[in-house]
Parts: sequence; structure tokens; C-alpha cells
Amino acid sequence: MKALNTVKIQLESRSVNEGYARVAVSSFASQLDPTVEEINDIKTAVSEAVTNCIVHAYKNGVGKIYISVSILENSVLEIKIRDRGCGIEDVKKAMEPLFTTGGEDRAGLGFSVMESFTDKLRVRSKQGVGTTVTLYKRIRGRASLV
Amino acid sequence: MQTKIEINGSTVTAYLSGEIDHHSAASIRQAIDESIISRKPQRLIIDFKDVSFMDSSGIGLVMGRYRLLENTGCKMAIVNLSPHAYRVMQLAGMEKLAVLKKKAKEVTNNESA
Repeated sequence: MKALNTVKIQLESRSVNEGYARVAVSSFASQLDPTVEEINDIKTAVSEAVTNCIVHAYKNGVGKIYISVSILENSVLEIKIRDRGCGIEDVKKAMEPLFTTGGEDRAGLGFSVMESFTDKLRVRSKQGVGTTVTLYKRIRGRASLV
Repeated sequence: MQTKIEINGSTVTAYLSGEIDHHSAASIRQAIDESIISRKPQRLIIDFKDVSFMDSSGIGLVMGRYRLLENTGCKMAIVNLSPHAYRVMQLAGMEKLAVLKKKAKEVTNNESA
């Protein structure tokens, strides 16, 4: 699908940037006039994906996170979050609810949250190369509430 | 992000505020755990009234406290969740682990009942 508008953001994998990443993406999405609930959904899904980059992909240091957000036809928001970190050994297993390698206080629900708060989720990963998470969400917008 | 701890008899209430994500969860966890360890409460109430954002780190935070309290007899209640935070909590089946209430007064009412 053709992108009507795109922004690219690059950030270091420091946990303090999690807030910036979700606000930046949701701010770009605001031109689709999303509802408060849709904004929260976008923020939450982005927060999960970026946290994964920080906690897992670059667990032994700081690396770059590349975010590309596009508006596609029919008010579909496409969010790509890419890292050049360690990669996921078993994507299917990583996506299972409650599975985590992140220690006691991580719930293992990152991918579950991304899945339930967006319309479509795609994960591509190669060990030693990195991971790309692509999220799609159709924004119905505040007009849909009237 | 600041966590306010209030102690009332054997009840510890933690008032969370701001955004709960992986970045902020560590300091919230520390504040709550210090009060649990020093006070050994019978009831822990975590109040989400002033929380403006929460991702799955909020689930991890609650689940971690649940595990910490599991064998102590201390009951845990989660109150004043926004509709969004409630949806996130439900994904984890949190209602099976702790009392989830949208309003703080529901907990107080149940206590006196």
C-alpha cells in the first residue's frame, strides 16, 4: 500500500526514551484525528515494541532504534520499529503470552498487548542481525463516535 | 512520576502517578517494596487514580508485588484504574490475582461488609 505521509525517528535504546517514542508516534498519528482510546492504543503498542528493543535486543548495551511511521490509504497507520540487536531465537515462542526472558518483573505480555491494541502485527527477526516489528492500525477517528 | 505511600494501621496504600512504563517501574517498585518489607501490611492497595499512561510494565509491577506477598497473607487490591489501564490489566487475567476495582470506595465498602 502506498504511504501518503511518513516520518522517521532514530533514537538510542535508553529507557528514558520510551516516553518520547510513544508520544512522537501518537503525535504524528494525530492528523488522523484519533479518539482518546486510539491514541492510548498506539502509545501502548509503541511502548511495548520500544521496550523490547531496550530490554532484549540491546540488553548488553545501547544501540539505535529506528522508527518509521506512515499513513496509508483508508486511514491505516503503519508503525515499523527496527533494531540491529541480538534478534529473537524463536519468534513464535517469544510471542506466546507470559513467555519472557526479561526477569521477574516483566509480565511477558508485550506482544500480546501489541496484538490486542492494533489490527495486525508482523515480526521479522534474525539472530545477530536484528528485529523489525510492524504494527498496523486503522484509525476510525473521532468522527466515528458521532 | 512520584509514588506516595500512606500507612493506615495494617493497610499500606501506594498512590501512583504519571506514566508507568519500563523506565518508571523500577522506582515505583522500590517505593512499594520498601513499605511492604518494613510494615508487613495485611492489605496493600495500589491506587492508579493519577496514572496517565500504562503499558504491560504495570502488569509486571502488580504481578511482582503479588508474588512477593503470596505467602504472607497480605491481600492486594488495585483501585481507580482508567478504562485503558483496566483493559491492559485484563489482558493478564489480573482479576484472578487481585481485587480490581474501578473506584477506591468499592474496596472500602467490601471491607466493612
